[in-house]
Amino acid sequence: MSADTVKASTVQKEQSMVLQKQLIGDYYDSLGRAREEGRRVVSTFVPGNLTELLRSFDLLPILPEINALQSGMRKLSANYIAEAEKQGHSEDVCTYVKCDIGMLKSGNVGPTGVKLPNPDLLLLSYTGCFTFLKWFELLRQEYQCPVAMLHVPYLANGRIEPHHVDYVVQQLRTEVIPKLEQVSGRRFDEARLSEMLALSAQAEDDFVWVLESAKNEPSPIDAYFGGVYYIGPIFTAFRGTSQGVEYYRVLREEITERIRLGLGPVTPEGTMERQRYRLVVEGPPNWTSFREFWKMFYDEGAVVVASSYTKVGGLYDRGFRHDPNRPLKSLAEYCLGCYTNLGLPARVDLLERYIREYRADGFIINSVKSCNSFSVGQLLMLRQLEQRTGVPGGFIESDLVDPRYFSPANIKNRIESYLQMLEQKRGAGVTA
Amino acid sequence: MNPAIEQILSRAQTLYEDVDYKAVAEWKSCAPGRKAIGYMPIYVPRELIHAAGMLPVGIFGGGDRLEIIRGDAYFQSYICHIPRSTIELALSGRLDVLDGMLFPSICDVIRNLSGMWTMLFPGRYVRYVDLPQNYDARVGGEFWRRELTAIREDMARLAGGLITDQNLRNSIRIYNQNRRVIRELYQARSEAPWLYPIAQVYAVLRAGAVLPPEEHTTMVRRYLEMASQGSALPEDRSRVVLTGMFCEQPPLALLITLERAGCWIVDDDLLLGLRWFTGEVPEEGDAIENLAQAYLTQSVATASCYAPDGQRGRWLVDAVRQNRADGVIFCAPSFCDPALLEQPMLVAALEREHIPHTQFKYSEDTGQFAVIREQAGTFSDSIRLWSEA
Repeated sequence: MSADTVKASTVQKEQSMVLQKQLIGDYYDSLGRAREEGRRVVSTFVPGNLTELLRSFDLLPILPEINALQSGMRKLSANYIAEAEKQGHSEDVCTYVKCDIGMLKSGNVGPTGVKLPNPDLLLLSYTGCFTFLKWFELLRQEYQCPVAMLHVPYLANGRIEPHHVDYVVQQLRTEVIPKLEQVSGRRFDEARLSEMLALSAQAEDDFVWVLESAKNEPSPIDAYFGGVYYIGPIFTAFRGTSQGVEYYRVLREEITERIRLGLGPVTPEGTMERQRYRLVVEGPPNWTSFREFWKMFYDEGAVVVASSYTKVGGLYDRGFRHDPNRPLKSLAEYCLGCYTNLGLPARVDLLERYIREYRADGFIINSVKSCNSFSVGQLLMLRQLEQRTGVPGGFIESDLVDPRYFSPANIKNRIESYLQMLEQKRGAGVTA
Repeated sequence: MNPAIEQILSRAQTLYEDVDYKAVAEWKSCAPGRKAIGYMPIYVPRELIHAAGMLPVGIFGGGDRLEIIRGDAYFQSYICHIPRSTIELALSGRLDVLDGMLFPSICDVIRNLSGMWTMLFPGRYVRYVDLPQNYDARVGGEFWRRELTAIREDMARLAGGLITDQNLRNSIRIYNQNRRVIRELYQARSEAPWLYPIAQVYAVLRAGAVLPPEEHTTMVRRYLEMASQGSALPEDRSRVVLTGMFCEQPPLALLITLERAGCWIVDDDLLLGLRWFTGEVPEEGDAIENLAQAYLTQSVATASCYAPDGQRGRWLVDAVRQNRADGVIFCAPSFCDPALLEQPMLVAALEREHIPHTQFKYSEDTGQFAVIREQAGTFSDSIRLWSEA
């Protein structure tokens, strides 16, 4: 039951896709030229990233998670992981880390084939993931460069308290900004930062509009598989830039048009025609078999209308915006509010809201071996969500970038069985 | 064996084997209104619980003494064992004796376990203890003072009273005594490990997870005095430092296996939270400030704490030197992110100093030790036969 769900003849690159490809290509090229142009680069993480702050010093961010996932999508990660394990890294730990270390040990050629520069600083934005801390301690030994540590308190009860903000702002003032000044040779310019934050907020408005477009039926977007493309610029190097603003403006226009025409999301095989199941997904995707994984959904007519993964770089759809009038506090609140920095009860609350607000037929948890921050507690989340919403949940297991942990037959079987169960319940008129 | 030491060890062993926390229930029953607060590894400020008149209870999972019936249903296969046995303890009612739980920030597993606790046991007191990773007194210190003050208020509320400054200073003094005697035990063992077999040392230490600190200090002191008079003779074994066991604890049989394989364990990071501070917490002045400062400046080095100086592994090399160890055994729980991510950095530090090492993994309920015995035995033999010394 697959062919009729996607209309292959409509395969085409939309303008936003072309724009994004160009943005990312230019970005990696600029990293490749950084040394000859005398530009300084700073490695940092996606959750709680301080892109505008870095850009305000004319520093270029490098994001090891993005390098790892790009390596996964381009089938490079298996060799990198093998290289890291050969060097003594345990098979039990995060494969993003091992992919990054393996890439470094293999010559540090980035996913687009451009050799990446060594970072001048490691900005350890310790937000929602313990592994980040060890990751950059490992990298520090390799690069022998300074580290700026930003400890972002965990929101166990899901609320940002004033003293959390004070703690993060204090660290920005005493630890992060002085090191950025040192590396860049420039003084901190708060006005410049504010200008960038204004651009961020502008892009964030359009980004939220895009995410919420999935409330339409049919949904014009896939908020998980398509969503990972939509989050690209705003979660990484393009927040606070005019290119980022332009990307989301174009994307919004395209989706407006899709809604007007009653079209579904664009998949790698064309426009999705028939939407039989509206799903919410918790957890990151698998990158090594990303298209194959997505196809398992769209072949069955399953569209993802909301996902938690698209919130790891900020909960904009719950109202957060970068605020140019209170720049450092706003950055602190951004770091604190990222999805994986929320306690489990708050995560369950959020997913429950998504299931209700997006009128989902079901929800699927993709539990990845690499990420304890996401994965620990997901089996309880499954039960809690089923109890609270009456909507049945599915559970699959894979990994981020280690292809050994993506078992296509098993995963496909589970997804199909799960969707058949939804179908049967629907046929029987059962909602709970 | 000396009857007195036998009595101490019997008591310690009983406490170790007791997964029903009967000793805690007994302590509570001795006076009306007594309460007990559980805590997960590695470090929580136990002084604040004690100062409120409550009993701090270390929850180190169920080890190899608990059958997991429901706990496995809450965790994927690639997650370490301690959360599943801890959930099992709770779901089976064994932790009903506790009036609250503290979950310190050592890794994502223990962190998320705090959220699971909140959802599974609504109405029970749960607190995530966010330890600072910034060690500047004006920044991380200020944050930690605030956290300590909040925990103090919580503990006072749970106990139904106030925690006076004098109460807190008194508790600091009592825990200083406890940590001091444990340091003495470690020092004595390092000097004459044949007098302090690991099975005895571990059981006596582990009793500190459930006994009031005053009682535990007495137990350790008496054990130290008596064991030092033992008649065992030194044997030709390799002196090793064990590392990686700061959270999920290995089964006792594994530790005994290492000794039987020809190793004297002269230092380790077992039950690290019981001896978290390397020195004394000042007993006079502002108690909260003293606890905060002690955390910033006197904490042991371990994988879950950021090392601003980048000197990962220095502490391990120092431990080898100070204890005249011949080598290091990395002995980490399977799927333990902090220990396993840290390990390559520690290995590099040892190799720079030409210190031999070996490594294996365990789970708290590991039951087969033949391979470990063979590996540890080969390691010990190779050190004795081939080391430059």
